[in-house]
Amino acid sequence: MTTSDTTTTSECPIILDVKGLSTDFVMKRGTVQAVRDVSFSVHAGEVLAIVGESGSGKSVASLSILQLLQPPGRVVAGEVRYRGQDLLLLSKREMRDVRGNKISMIFQEPMTSLNPVFTIEDQLTESIRTHMKLDKKAATERAIEMLRLVGIPSPEQRIKEYPHQMSGGMRQRVMTAMALSCDPDLLIADEPTTALDVTIQAQILALLADLREKIGMAVILITHDLGVVAESADRVVVMYCGQVVEEATAQALFERPLHPYTLGLLESIPGMEDTEDDGQLYMIPGMVPNPLNLPKGCAFAPRCSWAIDRCASDMPPLVELEDGRKLRCFVDVTAVEPAAPACAPAESAPAGPTPAGPSPAGPASGEVRA
Amino acid sequence: MLKYVIKRVLMVIPVMIGVSIIVFALMRVFSPDPAPIVLGQHATIETIEAWRDANGLNDPVVTQYFKYLTGAFKGDLGTSYYTKTPVTEEIFARFPATIELAIAAIVFASIVGILLGVVAAVKKNSIFDAAGSLFALVGVSIPIFWLGILLIMFFSGYLHLLPSGGRIDVLLKPAEVTGFYMIDALLEGNWEAFGNALQHIILPALALGMYSMAIITRMTRSSMLETLGQDYIRTARAKGISEGKVIGKHALRPSLIPVTTVIGLQFGSLLGGALLTESVFSWPGIGKFTVDCILKSDFPVVQGIVLLVAVIFATINLVADLAYATLDPRIKYSSKKER
Repeated sequence: MTTSDTTTTSECPIILDVKGLSTDFVMKRGTVQAVRDVSFSVHAGEVLAIVGESGSGKSVASLSILQLLQPPGRVVAGEVRYRGQDLLLLSKREMRDVRGNKISMIFQEPMTSLNPVFTIEDQLTESIRTHMKLDKKAATERAIEMLRLVGIPSPEQRIKEYPHQMSGGMRQRVMTAMALSCDPDLLIADEPTTALDVTIQAQILALLADLREKIGMAVILITHDLGVVAESADRVVVMYCGQVVEEATAQALFERPLHPYTLGLLESIPGMEDTEDDGQLYMIPGMVPNPLNLPKGCAFAPRCSWAIDRCASDMPPLVELEDGRKLRCFVDVTAVEPAAPACAPAESAPAGPTPAGPSPAGPASGEVRA
Repeated sequence: MLKYVIKRVLMVIPVMIGVSIIVFALMRVFSPDPAPIVLGQHATIETIEAWRDANGLNDPVVTQYFKYLTGAFKGDLGTSYYTKTPVTEEIFARFPATIELAIAAIVFASIVGILLGVVAAVKKNSIFDAAGSLFALVGVSIPIFWLGILLIMFFSGYLHLLPSGGRIDVLLKPAEVTGFYMIDALLEGNWEAFGNALQHIILPALALGMYSMAIITRMTRSSMLETLGQDYIRTARAKGISEGKVIGKHALRPSLIPVTTVIGLQFGSLLGGALLTESVFSWPGIGKFTVDCILKSDFPVVQGIVLLVAVIFATINLVADLAYATLDPRIKYSSKKER
């Protein structure tokens, strides 16, 4: 699961096509547009990473796909086409046949995502019996097989245990086994490693990569950890304030980020050598805006060093660039020197991105994308 | 597990000794001398003294207590001053009626309470939730005796559906084996008697269980609401199992853990004798009997009943604690303190 196989996966058929998905949380204080007009697609067998800060809408988007949102959350617009069929139009019963069967999900918190009062066996066989119509004995055998697959030692004994008898890493393995037990087409992994310590993180990621190859499913990996993305993803969707701001292959994104927010995210990664002179870690200035009161133009503009006047008034559209990249920004960050946040000169005509590294040195030419 | 049970049972002994000291002292301090009540107003000083001697009431209180305690350890709780029958017999003649009523009341309260609580939680902020809350509020606020009278007036006086009092029609009374009329009727195969006993128990069980029902409803609702917000409920939904299974299995079972405590404690207090309900419905149980005996200064009987109630409370607590272990696998009982 490295960036090298990107060309092969993009040729595979699209299994999930999300178009214009919008999810609102209607509350007394106002409406939070947690997901705004989000579109992306997942090809068979690929790993698509959705990246963003807390509150960027990445988890809500994934819960919207499976319609696991609880009120007041509600999908208000868009399509979620799974193999051509719009999931949002399915009945509750038809949707249940998709969940845990065709598309399954693992969650951030392994410690609380398993029911404490039922055995692992009980919780694992439940979806197997529901979707694969196996009897109890066959379901248990399948469950044991799945536990062995995710690397739990002596699964015959451990399957009788309760969640509290297992460590966090073990529980995430159980969650993974549960999600994979019905051979899904697509696995949505919502920050699967965030709650785990680093060595266990690596184990779980390696496990996911290994299983993806064995089973051949596609994965949507939701994370705020760019290290995880670099390690595992084929393509990346960057989200900010409920919108897609950039989409690219992982390789292209790391080599040449085009959105100021992506740039900020990449620079915030603590590394061995790339701390600034004062030894401080880079931080994107400012705060994520209040979701009840989003800026009129680009949501990132108040924090953006490249922002021009137009950014505050107009919402930049998501534009498709060469080789399938998508970008939501007026400015060509590869050509313009960053200025102070919220103001920068805007002069000349649009231009495509120039092949240059991030934060180029040189005079501010004021090149602007339409 | 067995070790834990034995330990808990042994712990009951000091509790019983404490309870017996308190009730023994209270009866002697606050109750009038039983001798004139037993012997009547024309008794002479000599007969009274003779009666007090015969019943050991002229001994020092400490001596009286130790005599009582040694008797109690042998299972002899003394005899009633009035009926001259052993206290244990007096109690056990009336106790099945109380247990039968308490069980009926707690079964009603648990089933209806849990059901209402679950509906209120699942349909939070809906009309069902509001109705359930209102019902629960009425349940805790309404005085039992008044509710009892209303029930009698409506179901018995107006609709003529159910009997107004008693345990069973005298002519149908089954041969006493267990003392529980419904069980005895079944043992005889006498369906008519069973039905009749069932009809008799409905109204008092409703009246007696109303308060517990309300408490259980509230507890279930809040516990269920908390559980429904848990991550594992989302996991269950993500598996694609039916919503009924999500609620009835994944949410209900963890929610029942605190509810079990409440049911246990409620049942314990119901067993202590339902004085008001038993009076209103002329239910021949232990509640009414207790008050009669207190008023008549029948020391041995009152002491016996109080001890019995203490034992019941201790037992129910133990049973409720053990029930946790089956509901919540995280709790394991052992003599060592692990948690």
